[in-house]
Amino acid sequence: MIELREVSKTFTLHNQGSAVIGVISNVSFTVAPGECVALTGASGAGKSTLMRMIYGNYLTQSGEIRIGDVDIVQAEPREVIALRREVLGYVSQFLRVVPRVPTLDVVADPLRALGVSGADAHSRAEELLRQLNIPERLWSLSPTTFSGGEQQRVNIARGFAHAYPAMLLDEPTASLDAANREVVLTLIEAAKARGAAIIGIFHDEAARARVCDREIDVSCFTPGLAA
Amino acid sequence: MTALLSVSGITKNYGAYVGCADVSFDLYPGEVMGIVGESGSGKSTLLNCLAGHLTPDRGEVVFDTRADGPKDTVTLSEPERRMLSRTDWAFVHQHARDGLRMGVSAGGNVGERLMAVGERHYGNIRDKATDWLERVEIDATRVDDRPTTFSGGMQQRLQIARNLVTGPRLVFMDEPTGGLDVSVQARLLDLLRGLVRDMGLSAIIVTHDLAVVRLLADRLMVMKSGRVVEAGLTDQVLDDPQHAYSQLLVSSVLQV
Amino acid sequence: MTDQAYNFAYLDEQTKRMIRRAILKGLAIPGYQVPFASREMPMPYGWGTGGVQVSAAILTPEDTFKVIDQGADDTTNAVSIRTFFERTAGVETTTTTADASVIQTRHRIPEDPLSAGQILVYQVPIPEPLRFLEPRESETRKMHSLEEYGLMHVKLYEDISRHGHIATAYAYPVKVEGRYVMDPSPIPKFDNPKLDGMEAIQLFGAGREQRIYALPPYTHVVSLDFEDHPFEASKADHPCGMCGAEDSYLDEVIMDDAGGRMFVCSDTDYCEARQAAGHRGKDAA
Repeated sequence: MIELREVSKTFTLHNQGSAVIGVISNVSFTVAPGECVALTGASGAGKSTLMRMIYGNYLTQSGEIRIGDVDIVQAEPREVIALRREVLGYVSQFLRVVPRVPTLDVVADPLRALGVSGADAHSRAEELLRQLNIPERLWSLSPTTFSGGEQQRVNIARGFAHAYPAMLLDEPTASLDAANREVVLTLIEAAKARGAAIIGIFHDEAARARVCDREIDVSCFTPGLAA
Repeated sequence: MTALLSVSGITKNYGAYVGCADVSFDLYPGEVMGIVGESGSGKSTLLNCLAGHLTPDRGEVVFDTRADGPKDTVTLSEPERRMLSRTDWAFVHQHARDGLRMGVSAGGNVGERLMAVGERHYGNIRDKATDWLERVEIDATRVDDRPTTFSGGMQQRLQIARNLVTGPRLVFMDEPTGGLDVSVQARLLDLLRGLVRDMGLSAIIVTHDLAVVRLLADRLMVMKSGRVVEAGLTDQVLDDPQHAYSQLLVSSVLQV
Repeated sequence: MTDQAYNFAYLDEQTKRMIRRAILKGLAIPGYQVPFASREMPMPYGWGTGGVQVSAAILTPEDTFKVIDQGADDTTNAVSIRTFFERTAGVETTTTTADASVIQTRHRIPEDPLSAGQILVYQVPIPEPLRFLEPRESETRKMHSLEEYGLMHVKLYEDISRHGHIATAYAYPVKVEGRYVMDPSPIPKFDNPKLDGMEAIQLFGAGREQRIYALPPYTHVVSLDFEDHPFEASKADHPCGMCGAEDSYLDEVIMDDAGGRMFVCSDTDYCEARQAAGHRGKDAA
């Protein structure tokens, strides 16, 4: 489902003496449907960078990143957008939303973008928010004012609203209490069970051990670290 | 899929001074594209060339018309181009006053485009105008009030209603949130996002506000000295800018 | 008798030819505003300088001339314009509508139907019907040339939204032969139906604004309206106090300080002819 072939990336800092920093070089791996792969390595090894490259958020200099039959390195913006709408989900560490939009709408938004009716999208959103223990009195408020843990759970609800065939999870269990951590892990297991290909970053080793089938140490591909 | 708007080689000079040079891109149905750059970078010149307000020196702006398929709007006859700008195109000005008739009631402002395309039933026009006021969150009881009695944010929302009432397919926006205070901006952005999604609109938004394009635009073009220096997915250009100028632009935003 | 110090009908021959060319163009394109080089006339703007120049250009020594001001033959404006052409052109004048070959009018169309061979000359203050909503001449010209008349309906829309009905009572916009939107000059909308299919030639002159436009005989003229608010030619709901006419346009005349008032025909010739034929209204002496 997700396939990386000889993927490399450098950052060129034009405004700081045109310094060129190699971050990822020559990564290749595949993730099959129903499989969960963890990216590991020390901080700064490039886990989040690699994940952002797979999402198309960071530009990849060379190689191929295929999600289904789309090569995200070469794809037109509209193809990437369609892919993100239908195929590729991403739960980042930060919630980024339009201020003033109620939590329920934030969570329902990915479904609305797929053309699901307002009522159906809302009922799915309610189900997820309830599962993630977001009190109902908060649903009509904007999540911008929520605590870190609450925002993270809203972010997860949003990421799991649509049954994406491929998912990227950046620290989904960070800053969650035990009960909510359990809910998230159950959601991940359910996604695997329905055949989603998942790439995750987990600092939480127990969580990683429970949901991940394989680990990939990103430091092996980091120039300067592996060499 | 056919591009809704296919722009190639648009160049406009003001004497020896370059307005915009050799701009090309395709915009597909449902896509929202942002154009960013500092003042004088040529983004407004480009927008006005695209919308038919300025005649470019060179280049084509091919629009996929409903009736006759793709047509170059630069060489289109003026009646045809003006008809297009009343029906399939919309233009949201930065200053609502430029886009509204201040001496005409809110209902009349919204109804004008309907009447311009031949609607002759007062009751229907008024119903549609009222419906659109509500869609842009203006109380329906204000339908007979003049925009002079409206706040800046309301005027901008009225301008949007006036533009969208004929169900256009392409909206040009010039700094749509400029000059509004931040809380009003957020509300307007949310409204625009909803309308773009529900109506399947394509839009080209010129702004210097990177936060606005991050929330509204799927794609981004960065302009400098009349040229496009970088283009791509909005979040990719903002989070991983490649060109020196884009990097400077992104890193110059003040963090709140 | 003609005052020999003046050329026939005051204007010099070159000017009259220029105005005739504008009139012919106007007749060829019904409802289109033809610019012309309006001359200074020996009267102030607003007193009919446009109408007077059109009359001067079309009068022949054989014509019989009538002038009405708001329907009346005997007001200052009517009397002085009539005297002007008596003196400078030596033409016959009359107050009888049927006897006149050229009728110059301010703000009315005579009640008696006009016939082929007659010419009605309107004095026009502001010829551009779109002017009040669009101040730019360059833009209104473009709107006419591209038939962009949505704005005209915006004005009527505003009327209904404010008053519940189309409150425009005079200078009510019309569309000519399905093409040009035209200001019929400030005639009451009661007169609008008379514009349509009239046997006489109708010429419109705006002196200050330097425009001439025209309706040839039998031109189709439609008053703009909405499907659910159709055009209605309205008048005061009374019979004429002098001649009892039920079908003529009426002026309201205040009689005293106690609210006393009467309604009389604004067309004096029409009213007098009816009275001479024995018709009497309730206020007739």
